[in-house]
Amino acid sequence: MKRFTYDRPQLEGGAFSLLEQPEASVIAGGTELLNWMRLGIAEPDHLVDIARLPGWGEIALDGETLRIGALATLNKVGEHPLVDAHARALGEACLLAASAQLRNRATIGGNVLQRTRCVYFRAEAPLTWGCNKRQPGSGCAAIAGHSDDAAIFGWSESCAATHPSDPLVALACLDAEAELHSASGVRRLPVCDLHLSQVEAEAEGEDGATAENRLERGELIAAYLIPLRPASRSTYLKVRDRQSFAYSRVTAAASVELEDGVIGALRIALGSVAQRPWRLGRAEQALVGERLEEASLLAAIERDMEEARTLPGSDYKRRLARNAAIRAVMAAGA
Amino acid sequence: MSRDTQIREQPKTHEVRIRVNGEERVTEVEARTSLLDWLREAIGLTGTKKGCNEGACGSCTVLVDGRRMNACMILVVQCEGSAVTTVEGLAGPDGELHPVQRAFSACDAYQCGYCTPGQLISAVACIEEGHTGSEEEVREWMSGNLCRCSAYPQITAAVMMAAEELGR
Ligand SMILES: Cc1cc2nc3c(=O)[nH]c(=O)nc-3n(C[C@H](O)[C@H](O)[C@H](O)COP(=O)(O)OP(=O)(O)OC[C@H]3O[C@@H](n4cnc5c(N)ncnc54)[C@H](O)[C@@H]3O)c2cc1C
Ligand code: SF4
Ligand code: FES
Ligand code: FES
Repeated sequence: MKRFTYDRPQLEGGAFSLLEQPEASVIAGGTELLNWMRLGIAEPDHLVDIARLPGWGEIALDGETLRIGALATLNKVGEHPLVDAHARALGEACLLAASAQLRNRATIGGNVLQRTRCVYFRAEAPLTWGCNKRQPGSGCAAIAGHSDDAAIFGWSESCAATHPSDPLVALACLDAEAELHSASGVRRLPVCDLHLSQVEAEAEGEDGATAENRLERGELIAAYLIPLRPASRSTYLKVRDRQSFAYSRVTAAASVELEDGVIGALRIALGSVAQRPWRLGRAEQALVGERLEEASLLAAIERDMEEARTLPGSDYKRRLARNAAIRAVMAAGA
Repeated sequence: MSRDTQIREQPKTHEVRIRVNGEERVTEVEARTSLLDWLREAIGLTGTKKGCNEGACGSCTVLVDGRRMNACMILVVQCEGSAVTTVEGLAGPDGELHPVQRAFSACDAYQCGYCTPGQLISAVACIEEGHTGSEEEVREWMSGNLCRCSAYPQITAAVMMAAEELGR
């Protein structure tokens, strides 16, 4: 690992000025960043440790929202009674992520900024194959090679990587907003709009492989704000190769409001199918007023799946994702 | 300003106060030194093992301020003022084994033993957290500790046995 300097500001303002140095990076838990630094994915000259910013790890109700501080660890979020009561899918997603000891360190702020698990991306520099995310213009080994982790929505010829986070999918399903702090103030962004698919990045004139989110330089995620919906129930389903301590193949978060067996409101987000959480907007609208039954779910969700474009290795995800979505909705409404 | 100049302008090492197995230490480290490398190479506590160096195996598990964490994923500079417990700190001052260590021995919960220090620390935390309600729960909450020899049934049995002895 290359040498770097280290600072631990006591207050938020100190962090912003330290982050103005060129090649500076925030470190929270470090469970993702340190691996990037070992592989040569990131080589910051300065680390700004935000892990002890006072109050940034708190979880509390604030009027009609549940506020989750960015420094809350995945275990803290996963075992918190307020999360269980108001955002069950998020608690479940956190406890299904990583391992018990990683979750004691991994923060929910850093979690949504983890990068793809694409095997061609996660290798030690120098790479001897193309990866546009690591080296713009070098090509994409995954599209022509092992594509079983590849995206089925929103990817382009430049990159077919997915986002691997579990909590992110639950936050997207729950219509959470991210509260972003920077030297110039505070803004809110729906978690659904935080990340970019490759197609979206290109449509905005950015590089499809390397533009991954809408955070500005020097901007920090301070918290997530989840609207309280007492009539809704949510759950999270993770499908993976081994039952514990593994990244997902496909995940689904669902939040359902039922009135006498009829769907009053519905939200479904898929994970590991795109570089951002993928909401099933058509099904969410079409199913309002329908009874909660597998047959009607299947027909509606199929319509969203028509948009999927698969590679030879990722074709299985189409069915897996559809079935995961149906199971998650049924479980949330059960 | 070139990168070299920047590096020369910064202090090369940081002074960190850290308590290890009850002993207060003041150490000078480079910012990039991991807790795992420091424990093993700077202060000679080689009980904590390096398997993957990327958070994936659990053989480096230690307690930091009472909670289990992967020492390979922590920088020493992040530990200012913290208390760390390694496998060397489990036994009593007179050398009496910790109940978890006794249970591992009684259940034969290892073959080569490489993963064992991490398993022991993780088991101590797992019991303390109250995640020993069933074998299934133990397996889930111990899944961050891989065992290449696949002694999992015995490890699970040992954690259950120790939990019972410790009244959990
Ligand atoms: C072996 C292993 C298995 C894993 N399995 C899973 C899994 O199954 N599911 C899953 O979802 N995750 C998994 N993870 C990922 C893990 O959850 C993340 O690494 C962790 O949540 C990142 O949080 P951190 O605080 O450690 O981030 P750091 O490593 O400190 O930071 C990661 C990135 O986020 C930035 N950052 C951190 N906090 C903020 C903030 N508040 N504002 C702005 N930028 C910030 C940093 O600058 C850096 O770019 C796994 C990780 C490992 C090592
Ligand atoms: S899919 Fe993206 S991350 Fe993977 S090799 Fe292609 S460009 Fe790199
Ligand atoms: S060496 Fe730390 S988890 Fe493997
Ligand atoms: S006893 Fe050999 S790795 Fe666990």
